[in-house]
Amino acid sequence: MINVFRKGWRPAAVLLLLFILWELSVNLAEVPAWLLPPPTDIIHEAVFGWDGFRPHLQSTVLLSLRGFAIGTFIGLLTAVILHLLPFIRESVYPLLILSQNVPIIVLAPLLVVWFGFGILPKLIVITLVCFFPITVAALDGFRQTPADLRHYMLMAGARRGQLFWKLELPHSLPSLFSGLKISATYSVMGAVISEWLGAKAGIGVYMTLASSSFRTDRVFVAILAIMLLSLLLFGGILLSERLLIKWKSRESGRK
Amino acid sequence: MIQLSVNSLSKSFDSIQVLSSLSFHVNKGEFVSVIGPSGSGKSTIFNLIGGMLLPDEGSIMLGEAEISGKRGSISYMPQTPSLMPWRTILQNVLLGQEIMGKTEPETARKMLQKAGLGGYENAFPHELSGGMKQRTAFIRALLSPQPIILLDEPFSALDELTRHDMQKWLLDIWNEHKPTILFVTHNIEEAIYLSDRILILGSKPAKVVQEYTVPFARPRMEEIFLDEKFLECKRSIHHALKELSFKSD
Repeated sequence: MINVFRKGWRPAAVLLLLFILWELSVNLAEVPAWLLPPPTDIIHEAVFGWDGFRPHLQSTVLLSLRGFAIGTFIGLLTAVILHLLPFIRESVYPLLILSQNVPIIVLAPLLVVWFGFGILPKLIVITLVCFFPITVAALDGFRQTPADLRHYMLMAGARRGQLFWKLELPHSLPSLFSGLKISATYSVMGAVISEWLGAKAGIGVYMTLASSSFRTDRVFVAILAIMLLSLLLFGGILLSERLLIKWKSRESGRK
Repeated sequence: MIQLSVNSLSKSFDSIQVLSSLSFHVNKGEFVSVIGPSGSGKSTIFNLIGGMLLPDEGSIMLGEAEISGKRGSISYMPQTPSLMPWRTILQNVLLGQEIMGKTEPETARKMLQKAGLGGYENAFPHELSGGMKQRTAFIRALLSPQPIILLDEPFSALDELTRHDMQKWLLDIWNEHKPTILFVTHNIEEAIYLSDRILILGSKPAKVVQEYTVPFARPRMEEIFLDEKFLECKRSIHHALKELSFKSD
């Protein structure tokens, strides 16, 4: 914790400086609030508009957590299938990479056409942005097992299943967590994008309403919320990584 | 009683013959070393016995059973400790048993205690020194249920002092459990100090060119390193190896 303060004060100071500069220049140049509100206005809106904002926030949190969970599950499942069945890997992996080149912004409206305005198209959008980093990270982890450990396992008579559960899966955990960290932040973004398409509540809806009524301060509140939410998810993943991968954190802690 | 016998084994890779009618055997409870110039196909022999490769000709028998191409028939200690970094020392030494089916954590604890690793049961491999990691790897091999242990130059990466400690330690453990061991090494002194019999391997293609029975009784003390007879052994093995390298040049 002390470490966080020691390392964290510099970016925090820069951020504070930027806010002060922002505040001063907006006031001096008399920029209208609908164009660029000063930070104090944004904070004011965040505090006093909280009751109006909370249901939106809640809905987005729930949606991104659900989407993230489903994305993680599908991502892991895909990685395991592709890893254990080389034939499928060879024929599907290139298509998987192609699928990531389809812009989500284009795909999202199509999903609404196909699946309506319910929760399903939203979950599909989040899953689509979430699963890929996890699949790639897990696959790399499975495949890059040290040659000496693999040789020992084979000489000792390990069957395919044992090789997977006792060597490949535990070895892939650090790599898998890197994938999870990326996906966690993507899931919030995915949720907001999917809410733009049409939803009853959510930060995405709040944002669209705010920008179309020139409530720029509210747009900034939404941006702030998205950043905090991503950060929180990221922190949660980091914490579970520390708890789960004891051998690694201690090792790197020593260096 | 013969525990492991290798009968006129041949193996080629892309028309390069690595082994040509290689034959030898290891008796039950015997410590046999294989020594030879580098590149003499020692790892190929291990991979064949371990079932990782199939021989072109010949057979490998463990007791009465043919084990060519059957993985998991022998217990194995590789050159690097090859411990799983995410497993504790206790979980690591149990791995060999786990793969074959049944684990005996109590036996493992006792053995770790005797091996000077008491108190490290719950430590992770990165917390141990090189010598301790090798001990862990050897105990893992010793606990595995297979009747013969293959050791592949296990001490070659250690410094001289640690290496010497490890040899002494290995002899102590061997005296206690009398496992059947096939040991590959580059080091002539190590081979004489540890083994009952030494097989000298010729290279390209590998075959046993000379068999040497070590004339020292057991249990062996460190003092034999300075014995006149020890130097004599060393000299004759050295000569045999030297002749081989002349031939191959």
